[in-house]
Amino acid sequence: MKMKKVLAVLMALTLVVLCFAACGSSENEGAAGGSTTGEKTIKIGLSGPLTGNNAQYGIGVQNGAQLAVDEINAAGGINGYTVELEMEDDESDPEKAANAYANLMDWGMQISLGTVTSGACVSFQGRAKEDNMFLLTPSATAVDAIEGDNAFRVCFSDPQQGVEAADYISENSLASKVAIIYDASDTYSSGIRDSFSAEAQAKGLQIVADESFTADSNTDFSAQIQSVKSSGAELVFLPIYYTEASKIIQQANTAGLDVQWFGCDGLDGLLRIENFDYSLVEGVMLLTPFTPNATDENTQNFVKAYEAKYPDQASTLNQFAADAYDAVYIIKQACEQAGVTPDMSVSDTCEALKAAITSITYTGVTGKGITWGPDGEPQKPPIVVRIENGAYTVLQ
Amino acid sequence: MEFISYLVSGISLGSIYALIALGYTMVYGIAKMLNFAHGDVIMVGAYIIFICSTSLGVPAFVSVLAAILVCTVVGVVIERVAYKPLRNASSLAVLITAIGVSYLLQNAALLIFGSDTKSFSSVISLPALSLFDGQLHISGETMATIVVSVVLMIALTLFINKTKPGRAMRAVSEDRGAAQLMGINVNATITLTFAIGSALAAVAGALLCSAYPSLSPTTGAMPGIKAFTAAVFGGIGSIPGAMLGGVLLGIVENLSKGYISTQLSDAIVFAVLILVLLVKPTGLLGKKISEKV
Repeated sequence: MKMKKVLAVLMALTLVVLCFAACGSSENEGAAGGSTTGEKTIKIGLSGPLTGNNAQYGIGVQNGAQLAVDEINAAGGINGYTVELEMEDDESDPEKAANAYANLMDWGMQISLGTVTSGACVSFQGRAKEDNMFLLTPSATAVDAIEGDNAFRVCFSDPQQGVEAADYISENSLASKVAIIYDASDTYSSGIRDSFSAEAQAKGLQIVADESFTADSNTDFSAQIQSVKSSGAELVFLPIYYTEASKIIQQANTAGLDVQWFGCDGLDGLLRIENFDYSLVEGVMLLTPFTPNATDENTQNFVKAYEAKYPDQASTLNQFAADAYDAVYIIKQACEQAGVTPDMSVSDTCEALKAAITSITYTGVTGKGITWGPDGEPQKPPIVVRIENGAYTVLQ
Repeated sequence: MEFISYLVSGISLGSIYALIALGYTMVYGIAKMLNFAHGDVIMVGAYIIFICSTSLGVPAFVSVLAAILVCTVVGVVIERVAYKPLRNASSLAVLITAIGVSYLLQNAALLIFGSDTKSFSSVISLPALSLFDGQLHISGETMATIVVSVVLMIALTLFINKTKPGRAMRAVSEDRGAAQLMGINVNATITLTFAIGSALAAVAGALLCSAYPSLSPTTGAMPGIKAFTAAVFGGIGSIPGAMLGGVLLGIVENLSKGYISTQLSDAIVFAVLILVLLVKPTGLLGKKISEKV
């Protein structure tokens, strides 16, 4: 008994000491923060997964955005003001993203880049909408992720990818009989499939097989492949991720199915599977917002700068890094158009940027002549690549 | 022709379920516990083969032998550390422990090997059979899986019915207390069961990943659950039942994918399972008591 009492007193004391320690440290931080308030900066905040399963995406975004901010600051900043970037780790978790938003507001965020992934962005943008905070997400693709009129995005939304894919297939007469294999348990996959299917029929393509699988049955695809084979499809549309796609293509090869494969940005990664026989995916075509192999000057400069700044992180030079890099430059262009300064309130900044972004045309590494409507969706031509000799070749 | 093709791929998938189900049914029959970590031991075996063949470059059969060895050790260690202390606890406690071990193995693999999917090189070098002018393909992996499952099923049945340790297993299965009184080392017998079950898991891992060549920390989870279903379907505890249940499950799954709906296939499989259990509560070949081995 006595022992317990002593322990309780000790624990209470520890708590009190910890409280004081915490107060002390926050005071220190406040003081440190105070010293920099002399010069005003434009503060851009974002959150994304820096740890956990999707860390590759978050790190790509962090690097891309930081690279752009450093370049802008070296060239004199936005409207003469230095730009500061702060990124919180949300592990793709909606709750953590809401907390990240609160932390960023405490830091003094004036403009936000939203979050990296869709689920987190839905909750982040809910908070941002209440504050009328301008939000431009580099890579959240779900329709709901930019539901508020304060929110915009750099990448295509899920349904847009389906529409663009169907248009590309019909405009380039790749096939008239098309089959689809999609993941019915995944919103990304079924979202693209729905819009693809509607657009393909509108464009006169014949959908001869519409096969699905679920996350619980993603090992054996022989039944789906057999149906595709008997349907006589010339092209199979795969609005899925590369892990399942690699299994499907492998099993189709064993079953003697020879067709044109066509996918969306989820297939970006086929060439990074360890020990995979890359000759199987030769000729696969996919829509992707970015490829480091593109020969235009913007992309080449970006790739060079990225590799120079992050020499040991070549694997993060992906569409996420490119989207984030563009997002920062889009904000710069919009801020210059609107004349945004650090003195403006969050809401005033948002109103000014909303008007500006719908009037600008932006050309960057993820597209040429990008424009935005009031719905927040970007209008840009898709980049289609084909896998040739184990690398992406950009098709026109 | 389409029907035969669906049937063949159903048998191919089913024989893999059967192979995994052999391990489940063996452990359940003797130790009377559901070893939910069985699917993850399969994954461990597959990773061992992957490392041996890609990093160390040893021939396929050596890497399979290495996987069998490692899995046997892993199985025995799991049994000693996680299940043995609970020998007299309620079966629910053991069940939860097994689920815990399953997550432990998955997350350990996630830490060691990362979440990236790896492409597995087949350990089977049999060429594929092409019949009816290429309309029907039977892969070497399918043929090997069927042969290996049948051989292992016969070997296990013989082992349990004809050898001394096998007799001990049957005795432990029927009445643990009485077996102990007769001088049978119950702990050693159960450990041996786990060793054999885990060795079977390594073989299943080799064939599963050869037939469906991709490997990630959750590779064993879903096939493990399906195989458990197959074991119940065929009558859990019965070795020929596991074989029959596995193959039937694979065929039902693939035919419903082919002719009804790819999305509903799992629902149909489980509906069939419920129907069978309503008519025959012990499963297709399950017997009420005794001989549950």
